[in-house]
Amino acid sequence: MLDLRRFTGHEMRLGEKLAEFNWGFLLLLTLIASMGFAMLYSVAEGSFSPWALRQAARFAAGVAIMISVAIIDLRLWMRLAYPLYGFALVLLIAVEIIGFVGMGAQRWLNLGFVSVQPSEIMKVTLILALARYFHGLTLEEVSRLRNLVIPLALVGAPVGLVVVQPDLGTAILLTATAAVLFFSAGLRWRYFILAGAAVLAAIPVVWSRLHDYQRNRVLTFLDPERDPLGAGYHILQSKIALGSGGIFGKGFMEGTQSQLNFLPEKHTDFIYTMLGEELGLVGGLVLLTLYFVVLMFSLNVALQCRNQFGRLLAIGVSMTFFFYVFINASMVMGLLPVVGVPMPLVSYGGTSMLSLMFAFGLLMSVHIHRNLEISRGPSAFW
Amino acid sequence: MQISGRDSNRYQTFTRRAALLAGAQGVAFVVLAGRMYYLQVLKTDQYRMLAEENRVSMRLLAPLRGNIVDRFGRILASNRQNYRAMLISEQTPDVEATLTRFSNIVEIDEYTRKRILRDISRSPRFMPVTVAEDLSWDEFAQVNINEPDLPGIVPDVGETRDYPYGEELAHILGYVAAVSEKDLASAEGDQPVLKLPGFRIGKEGIEKTYDKELRGVPGSSHVEVNAYGRVIRELSKDPGTPGSEVVLTLDMDIQRFAWDRLKGESASAVVLDIHSGDVISFVSAPAYDPNQFNMGYGTAEYKALLESPYLPLMNKGLAGMYPPGSTFKMVVGMAAVEAGIDPANRVFCPGHYSLGSHDFHCWKKGGHGAVNLHDAIKHSCDVYFYDTAKRIGIEAIADMARRFGLGETYGFEVPGEKAGLVPTPGWKRAVKGEVWHQGETVIAGIGQGYLLATPLQLAVMTARIANGGYAIEPRITRAVGGSLVPVKEPKFIGVSEDALRAVMAGMNGVSNEIGGTAYRSRIAEPGMELAGKTGTAQVRRISRAERLSGVLKNEDLEWRQRDHALFVCFAPYDAPRYAMSVVIEHGGSGSGAAAPVARDIMHEVLKRNPVRPQAGNPPRGAGRPARTG
Repeated sequence: MLDLRRFTGHEMRLGEKLAEFNWGFLLLLTLIASMGFAMLYSVAEGSFSPWALRQAARFAAGVAIMISVAIIDLRLWMRLAYPLYGFALVLLIAVEIIGFVGMGAQRWLNLGFVSVQPSEIMKVTLILALARYFHGLTLEEVSRLRNLVIPLALVGAPVGLVVVQPDLGTAILLTATAAVLFFSAGLRWRYFILAGAAVLAAIPVVWSRLHDYQRNRVLTFLDPERDPLGAGYHILQSKIALGSGGIFGKGFMEGTQSQLNFLPEKHTDFIYTMLGEELGLVGGLVLLTLYFVVLMFSLNVALQCRNQFGRLLAIGVSMTFFFYVFINASMVMGLLPVVGVPMPLVSYGGTSMLSLMFAFGLLMSVHIHRNLEISRGPSAFW
Repeated sequence: MQISGRDSNRYQTFTRRAALLAGAQGVAFVVLAGRMYYLQVLKTDQYRMLAEENRVSMRLLAPLRGNIVDRFGRILASNRQNYRAMLISEQTPDVEATLTRFSNIVEIDEYTRKRILRDISRSPRFMPVTVAEDLSWDEFAQVNINEPDLPGIVPDVGETRDYPYGEELAHILGYVAAVSEKDLASAEGDQPVLKLPGFRIGKEGIEKTYDKELRGVPGSSHVEVNAYGRVIRELSKDPGTPGSEVVLTLDMDIQRFAWDRLKGESASAVVLDIHSGDVISFVSAPAYDPNQFNMGYGTAEYKALLESPYLPLMNKGLAGMYPPGSTFKMVVGMAAVEAGIDPANRVFCPGHYSLGSHDFHCWKKGGHGAVNLHDAIKHSCDVYFYDTAKRIGIEAIADMARRFGLGETYGFEVPGEKAGLVPTPGWKRAVKGEVWHQGETVIAGIGQGYLLATPLQLAVMTARIANGGYAIEPRITRAVGGSLVPVKEPKFIGVSEDALRAVMAGMNGVSNEIGGTAYRSRIAEPGMELAGKTGTAQVRRISRAERLSGVLKNEDLEWRQRDHALFVCFAPYDAPRYAMSVVIEHGGSGSGAAAPVARDIMHEVLKRNPVRPQAGNPPRGAGRPARTG
């Protein structure tokens, strides 16, 4: 049994940190990503280009980012929490201004050499900022109304910016993640009940303000037969693909729905469908199980941590990952409306892969620095 | 794990709530797995079917249309290879440039070019579009050789209907043409094959009547398609069943001969086998080219067809209705004998016949003197039949006419039959609301007045005389799809042998006795003698003033005003086998215009089908010899 107090009070060396890094967890992530590579290879009709190879390269970069992030002292991340959040907010505002100038919805910020999606960065930095904030509050203080002003502002600003983009999926994801952090920090139940009631009351208002395509998605979700060739096409074809896959699937690279293009967006949002079609219920459950192991590991990291910042950070990362998996899987199975949420680590896409690996880096940093006791007061700022 | 006291509250709450979240995650994953189980296990059959429906597309394959052949198997309608050039637009970077280069080999006019570009813009990029059809072998070879320089151009061989005899058979075979909206609407049941691009159906004639048999059963090809409808591969193929062959009773040699003989006239000729009703030859001139109907007639050409006074679109053998004129006299003669008039009984012909205040003229100004039935037919004396008609009455005449096939349709295989008209007082009252006049009975005696008959009916009438009074019906299909079309057992008309013998002898007189109206058109070869009857049907009324100032000769009248020339005959006289009718519109006179044509055709028929007089042959006009052929 590892002596949990071993590192308390003294600075860890790099070697110790690398030894504490859970390489098994990285192997788990690699396994999941590899299932994605295989599917991307299949989508391209048995070719590493244009997707599989680039996705592998991104994953490799992601691994490097994860390790780098993990070995950085958790206290430094705590110090950087607000500045990083501020940076992400500025990017979101920038993208909004460019979008306004360019007369259209804008989600990407072109930095010349690379395009970034500020909302992806915000997903991680919001967790950092909220974890940082709630770290400084006792359980009693958390539920005091005046202490909720700052965290609600931290959530409200990016959510508002994302909603006007408009990117409903990300807005919901940000709100849900924030709610998890409020919940884990110990906010009283009655606030959640009140908030839930407020949301229900707000639905008619929100509905009236939704864009047509967003309404269509919701309506089509409720009744896919409404428009089988238009908006309902995606859900219907996805269900057909999954259902026709059966228990063992049609075989790798043999999925008719995917290979003959009946399935839309099969290399990004609908990659899980393709996996289900070609590898069947068995393949789908294997991936879900791997995801579940990742979630349980993350939860354990949170529970093992001796500081509130790390705990909240870990559970934030864990729940974000969970939301991704659940929303995407539910969407392709026809349980939720089509919202543009990728399947983490598997869907083709650069920004989400890198921000996810960054988040796992933070998770691993929590794991490595789990025995740090960080005081609640201002002294934590060094 | 030990947590410092100040933090323990937060930690305990966190742990509790984290456990709740973990539980929520667990529930969520169970829901997902359950949904997967529902879709992939419980509903998998349904979704598998839907996936197959997505993936597999059935393409109909047009069956090969059956041939139409004559009685000897000579091909009258078949399918010819149609050398085509198609264009697949996705295979060329520049459609316009390809078309321009292609037009160096095969001329494409501006109109066609526009049509091609329109077709391309309307169909998916992988769909072939027809650029040029019906290329000559040389052109097709050129296209093949230059294929590398013509990106997107695909040489292709299709099938198209071919009528080697063109207009000679147009009125019999009809033609095929593209399916119209109306055809689709009237088609029974769902016939997806009709919607195939380029599919042709029978629109007229035998092609129409036997369309179902000729068409065959469409095949199908199951192909795998992607979401855009592009064919990935063929999964299975059912070639379908080619259409049945239709064997006609026609003898193409005789058909040809008859056509050549009638060319230039507005005329028709029908040759029948008197025992079976088989149509040996059936010509209606002028005609149109069925090949052109298939490929699409030009507007100007079609307008010319429509407006021609010679009515090339009309099948005159079936739908041309003429006063039978003197060819009707046999019917009157038989009715007379049946009414008890002795054929030897003589009627004096002074050249005219008076009924009340009205004078009916014989064609021969001076009159024929005293004539019996035989002479009256031989010389075509009008007065004899005026008198006879008045004596026996219109009902007896009409009854006999109907028994010999006038005034009715037979359900002939070529559509468009007209019934003609056998008038009676009852008919006149019903249709015209007028009383029947005796003068109308008188002129009916010479086949004028309201009487109308088609050339087919005249041929049937003659055949029924020649076969001894059996009500044969004409037919033109011998076999369909390898099985013979049964010949209907004809009913005996119930006419007396005396009557038949008398009129047949009269007809023999017409052709073979000096002084007969068609003696000049006799067949001299022994065993081939024909027996006939001339007819000259008046088209206009001759006024009294005109008659007094001298009737104009036909040659002096404009074409439209001239009399129709008719001739009916059967041969050989001793052992009748064939009957025919010839009607030449505005031909002048039966003896001058129709008889020589009929003679030549009948001669040709007999030359090709010598009829050996047999010991067992029944006496002419009585009974019916064993059917041959």
